Amino acid sequence: MAKKLPKVDVVIVGVGWGGGIIASELTKQGLTVVGLERGKERKTEDYFMVHDELRYALRYEMMQDLSKETITFRSKMNIRALPMRSYGSFLIGTGLGGAGIHWNGQTFRFLPYDFEIRSKTIERYGAKKIPEGMTIQDWGITYDQLEPYFDKFEKMAGIAGEENPLGGKRSSPYPIPPMRTTPSMKMFADAAKKKNLHPYILPSANLSQAYTNPDGVARAACQYCGFCERFGCEYGAKADPVVTVIPVAKKTGKFEIRTHSHVRRILHTGNKATGVLYTDVTTGEEFEQPADIVVMTSYVFNNARILLMSKLGKPYDPATGKGVIGKNYAYQVMRGGAVGFFDDKEFNNFAGAGSLGMCLDDYNGDNFDHSDLKFIHGANIAVTQTGFRPIGTNKVPPGTPSWGKDFKAASIKYTNRFISVGAQGASMPFRQHFLDLDPTYKDAFGDPLMRITYDFVDQDRELAAFCADKCAEIVKEMGANEKLEINRKLGPYDITPYQSTHNTGGVIMGASPETSAVNNYLQMWDAENVFVVGASAFAHNSGYNPTGTMGALSYRAAEGILKYRKSAGGMLV
Amino acid sequence: MADSNNVKEQPVSRRNFLKNSGLVLGSLVVGGVAGSLLRKPEPPAQPAAPPPAADYNQALMFFTPEQFKVVDAACERIYPEDELGPGAKALGAAYFIDHQLAGDWGFNAREYMQAPFFPGEITQGYQGRLKRREIFDIGLQEMNNYSNSTHGKRFYELPPEQQDAVLKAFETDELKLTTISASTFFNMLRASTIEGVYADPLYGGNKNMDGWKMKNFPGNQMAYTQLIDKPEFVKMAPLSLRDHQQH
Ligand SMILES: Cc1cc2nc3c(=O)[nH]c(=O)nc-3n(C[C@H](O)[C@H](O)[C@H](O)COP(=O)(O)OP(=O)(O)OC[C@H]3O[C@@H](n4cnc5c(N)ncnc54)[C@H](O)[C@@H]3O)c2cc1C
Ligand code: SF4
Repeated sequence: MAKKLPKVDVVIVGVGWGGGIIASELTKQGLTVVGLERGKERKTEDYFMVHDELRYALRYEMMQDLSKETITFRSKMNIRALPMRSYGSFLIGTGLGGAGIHWNGQTFRFLPYDFEIRSKTIERYGAKKIPEGMTIQDWGITYDQLEPYFDKFEKMAGIAGEENPLGGKRSSPYPIPPMRTTPSMKMFADAAKKKNLHPYILPSANLSQAYTNPDGVARAACQYCGFCERFGCEYGAKADPVVTVIPVAKKTGKFEIRTHSHVRRILHTGNKATGVLYTDVTTGEEFEQPADIVVMTSYVFNNARILLMSKLGKPYDPATGKGVIGKNYAYQVMRGGAVGFFDDKEFNNFAGAGSLGMCLDDYNGDNFDHSDLKFIHGANIAVTQTGFRPIGTNKVPPGTPSWGKDFKAASIKYTNRFISVGAQGASMPFRQHFLDLDPTYKDAFGDPLMRITYDFVDQDRELAAFCADKCAEIVKEMGANEKLEINRKLGPYDITPYQSTHNTGGVIMGASPETSAVNNYLQMWDAENVFVVGASAFAHNSGYNPTGTMGALSYRAAEGILKYRKSAGGMLV
Repeated sequence: MADSNNVKEQPVSRRNFLKNSGLVLGSLVVGGVAGSLLRKPEPPAQPAAPPPAADYNQALMFFTPEQFKVVDAACERIYPEDELGPGAKALGAAYFIDHQLAGDWGFNAREYMQAPFFPGEITQGYQGRLKRREIFDIGLQEMNNYSNSTHGKRFYELPPEQQDAVLKAFETDELKLTTISASTFFNMLRASTIEGVYADPLYGGNKNMDGWKMKNFPGNQMAYTQLIDKPEFVKMAPLSLRDHQQH
């Protein structure tokens, strides 16, 4: 029998960006909040030995322990899903701060087009532009409605940036100036301008200068140390939940964090949640935490998985297209780029920051004409300098063998003589791509693993080839030698090489309970006191990193929760 | 290198760095390392010790001596000594691999190894029941078997060109093994050789940081603020994680 604990106002499942933002906003308004986090406590002091590529980047020191819990994957419904036994395609966060600790900090706003993608596509190209099976839909919110929350997230995190000439309207400039411009960024900007494109400096959660945010949190500037993606920041310069929102929540005295607490079910009577059930992983003891409001902030996979295991909301059925939990799983198309090699130039490629780069949106969203193209949406195209480390980066010109004397010579020669221009392609949802519970494989508690059914489709292949050509043109203009590596061809989706931890969907937002799981406050249509926060709410994935938009939606959800609390129940929309 | 700019060798500890960098920390200090280190006094500088006569970290934790000879020779072909500098052998890559296989990584401790095991599509990733240390046991045995049957000698007794031919046969799955694919083993061997050449020397490879020196990788520096937007390439003597632990 689970031990029943005293009731609180709000229980949060998972304490990453989503959980941290909700906790800080609610405790500031006097609510008592308990945050349950399955992983361990974390502090900036823990990163004394963080510049260790093997431990953090290759042995995944900060990521979820897959021996306890993983996902299963199949490309289509008629084959057996098998467990992701070791890491590859994406990396799942765990511990206080979640993946917000080891992210890069590239902090974009999705485009106005994204939030009304279906209407705008039909308006400009007609309904025939949307191919059979592509389940794009409007998000039930517009960019203008979400703008104040973007602004709030950016000010909290201290985003260093310069206005995107092709982005949505901003109510205020970025709180701090952009990051410094490296030689490769300058070359990219010059090349892009020659082609009449609109380059701008990548918005960054790595602080370009010391910054005190509206909550009074002061942090030091980024040192461009080059150990950012997959690492914690020893300076607290990279915005993460542990150095921003969590201390604010803690200071109120209203936020209790329980680490090593693995949530397994949302408890409910009918369609009203009563709390959650969790296991203390250090003792195996089970607890029931009653609460008036349950907020799911356990990342895309566990948001959907815990709802399905708790039998809350209608599971998605790919055969009929009905049901919503698990619907519209999407990812990112990271193919479609070009690598240039420079015989006469040497760059300080070892230096960099997680979000240091120059990019453009001329081929993103609907910023260009798709009439003659066999895809919709597009990609943000960028050159980044995140700090190339010696094990992970051994770029050699095409045709070089992958080992032996010639490999050694070329990898040493070009390690500081290459520039990669990449496209971060949008990912559209399809009827046959979804999340559900695996019938065979279990986690360490005996609960079913999340199952992903997903593959790349023609839309993605067309997009990758298109972007690769655009990237190649830019790299050539930058003065690379003739031996370019051009990555045009997108194969089947493969779980083994790292691509991007931008998994989206599964508990999507929208304007109606028929087509979405949550409303635009991320309140569940089928359970009014459950809010599901994260990129799980995205109805498709844009050509950007997700956290800026996910952070904005978290602020929006916090406002909704406060409203719900005041109005003594009911649907907010 | 003509266009490089040699910065004076200067070990910078975190403590020194934070003291000298003038980091501005406001009222609510959350930059923990900065905060806690600024309060501590600095220890007196240690005189540089002479290099030790023997490397006591170089002993075997997993391989048999026979296995070690095969690995050591194979790593050297993957990353050979040449005019640019030492190869995998001199850098200690085989010791690195030995130490890694003896620990969590060799046991796949943080990976999902639960049954049932089914063969899958290539895109579903490794689905075998063997752990990395078992794959190495089998792979190394097969390398000697193949060397013996094709060239009449054990792998490490072959001349370099024949060793390359054996490795190529594994890389391209020219030979079929029953429990693992030859290329799976080869890829693992290749990847761990690169790790042994370039991981921090604390793991037993990259001896004297010579792997980093060849690649002009500065290792464990505190900051690159001073050079990040400069047009010229900056060459520095590398620092290891050990350089930051002065107590
Ligand atoms: C290497 C890497 C680089 C990235 N770079 C960028 C970038 O540059 N820009 C960008 O926008 N995004 C980036 N991302 C993505 C970004 O990290 C995520 O979008 C963001 O952190 C998601 O926040 P979240 O709060 O939804 O989830 P998480 O940060 O994953 O937090 C969820 C928390 O819930 C906990 N949890 C899960 N299940 C349970 C359970 N059953 N019980 C209790 N607790 C549970 C987890 O342990 C975790 O702490 C990157 C990700 C990675 C891995
Ligand atoms: S690059 Fe900057 S933000 Fe990233 S870890 Fe280093 S100092 Fe921190």
